[in-house]
Amino acid sequence: MKYLIKKGRLVDPANRIDKILDILIEDGKIKAIDQEIEIEKAIIIDASNKIVTPGLIDMHVHLREPGREDEETIESGSRAAIKGGFTAITSMPNTDPPVDNASIVEMILEKASRVGLARVFPVGAITKGLKGEEISEMADLIQAGVVAFSDDGNSVMNALVMRRAMEYAKMFNVPLILHEEDKNLSRHGQANEGFYSTLLGLKGIPAVAEEVMVARDLLLAKFTGAKIHIAHVSTKGSVALIAQAKNEGVKVTCEVTPHHLILTHDNLMDFDTNLKINPPLRSREDVESLREGLKDGTIDAIASDHAPHARQEKEVEFDLASFGMVGLETSLPLLITELVDKGVISFPCLIEKLSANPAKILGVPGGKLSPGSSVDLVIIDPEEKFEVKVEKFESKSHNSPFNGWKLKGLVKHVFSQGKLAFFEGAFLELKEEQVFREGAKKKVTL
Amino acid sequence: MFLKRKDLLTIRDLDVEEIKLILETASSFEEILTRPIKKVPTLRGKTIVNFFLEPSTRTRSSFELAAKMLSAELINISAKTSAVAKGESLKDTAKTFEAMKIDALVIRHSSSGAPHLLAKFANFSVINAGDGTHEHPTQALLDLFTIKKKLGKISGLKIAIVGDILHSRVARSNILAFNKMGVKVTLVAPPTLIPLDIEALDVEVRYNLNEVIKEVDVVYLLRIQLERQAEALFPSIREYSSLFGLNLERIREIKPNTLIMHPGPINRGIEISAEVAELPNAIIADQVESGISVRMALLYLLLGGKTGGGG
Repeated sequence: MKYLIKKGRLVDPANRIDKILDILIEDGKIKAIDQEIEIEKAIIIDASNKIVTPGLIDMHVHLREPGREDEETIESGSRAAIKGGFTAITSMPNTDPPVDNASIVEMILEKASRVGLARVFPVGAITKGLKGEEISEMADLIQAGVVAFSDDGNSVMNALVMRRAMEYAKMFNVPLILHEEDKNLSRHGQANEGFYSTLLGLKGIPAVAEEVMVARDLLLAKFTGAKIHIAHVSTKGSVALIAQAKNEGVKVTCEVTPHHLILTHDNLMDFDTNLKINPPLRSREDVESLREGLKDGTIDAIASDHAPHARQEKEVEFDLASFGMVGLETSLPLLITELVDKGVISFPCLIEKLSANPAKILGVPGGKLSPGSSVDLVIIDPEEKFEVKVEKFESKSHNSPFNGWKLKGLVKHVFSQGKLAFFEGAFLELKEEQVFREGAKKKVTL
Repeated sequence: MFLKRKDLLTIRDLDVEEIKLILETASSFEEILTRPIKKVPTLRGKTIVNFFLEPSTRTRSSFELAAKMLSAELINISAKTSAVAKGESLKDTAKTFEAMKIDALVIRHSSSGAPHLLAKFANFSVINAGDGTHEHPTQALLDLFTIKKKLGKISGLKIAIVGDILHSRVARSNILAFNKMGVKVTLVAPPTLIPLDIEALDVEVRYNLNEVIKEVDVVYLLRIQLERQAEALFPSIREYSSLFGLNLERIREIKPNTLIMHPGPINRGIEISAEVAELPNAIIADQVESGISVRMALLYLLLGGKTGGGG
């Protein structure tokens, strides 16, 4: 099976390419990238006025399986990923039971492979049961296939336990992904501590609850020489601390979510529980600082922190609602509409934060398009406008505050793990030959 | 004239004209309280639910009396007697009362924003009678009414609010209401009880009560919730009382007509001494009395304009 992607703007930051080029795919691998490739008997995908990028990688996703399959499964999450342009996702370990032993890792990988859509990279727990007390059997987890360790959702409050985890993980050269929150400073907190938490009478989560832990872990990483990745950075202070640590040579990377780049705490005025997230939405000043960090390279990656929740977890009093929002199906168009289109960052910069850098941080394949490599590739129409409708999500959960937002930038075609998985905005549940024929009836020509 | 809104959830939603309308209407209802038969047919045929999920004496009975004096049907539901005790969600509660065709629901709830949630799912009027540490709008309205009655004006006054601002829904509603009506507000409390960025509401924050009370027309005390001590926000009740409690010695130098107000229930000997609570300046009982007229006004202005009401 051959596919020829014609006249797309190829944006491949890892290979420093931003140019109109043709791409020839043969047997699931990239055969050639060049100007004006001519070949007979290939399915031609017209990508003119479209952007062709390496498959996107979302390095912060909660798939909820095992434990809360009513909210998301490996299958529904994989479909949401592909629809959103992500050919690879991590699965965070705070499932029930948590990912602190090899058998759960194997289960996740087995299911993901059966689904056969996005690549799923499991993240193992730093501590047994995510309790922050004893480090998990990291070697066993690595053997089973985890790509990083995290107690996400929880902070490892005990500095000694964190020190041991950092030291031990050095054997495997994988990052520790750190959710930074001092649980005493944030106790019972519902929203960013500031004018709006004051006005709304919501218990505050101060910026400093994040920053003291970022500072602690940067110091420990410097001391131990460990590789750490700070998850969902949300404050100006954290950005400054990380920038300083990077200057000092600490092995630190970090990510930011689309919502922390776009929304602020004044959005909470109607007590919309879909905006209840952890870390909370911060101030305009924090948002500006996160955007600066993205531009100057302090912030390496953008990740959605896709956190599905059932309706009954969100249609409740604000202080009883679960933290988190879904993101896989809105990340890319939100970032195109709010950042690229408004001139905050360029398209290549966006793609770097969504593909090349996450691949580098996690040490996983992908993140670039090179001849010979198995093809994970996305074709985006950057101009196509649409309205977000949660009821059309592939995700089983609809907890998005962006419902009804008018966005632009839609994923049209996705190749994942060498196969065409999504074509003309729809999943290919058909075999490739059928695709070939179906496609031929539409715009695809032989 | 009626209020052109379904719900009363916060003071910040109300504009000055609406507040004035409520206060004027309350004035005209006040006379009913002096009648031998305290009842008018204004809201005959209307059904109101008093839905109190937190303990309350005055707010709950005040709403009940107000509704009954206007001839509305009233149902009282408390935490223990409601299906909430069986785990029913607020959304389902809204749907249940909607099916019963009630006209209004007065809610007291421990979660900030709970009335918003209920209002979102309900077609009846929702009145916030205190939600978490967010707002208590009818308290602010009755306080404005009381001050106007006692001092003849509101605009241009200086008012100090003293105590646990951080956890007080009364403080939030009153700051907003006082601000809208042209009052200069000063907050007095230890810094641990002052919420972050409150200055952005155009209030002054000070720590020395002795200085402040000489300058103001009203000292508005908040109840110290004794359970807060567990959070260690101040070292002891004793130290709190010595710095922020109102006693005879501390008020020696205040202007003679300075009013002392408190939303109740008071902790005698903590934020206010027994002697001060019984001075003529302390108008705590007047606040309670105003509550009935103000709540009658509010029920009338929210429900009276709808079709089907007797009145």
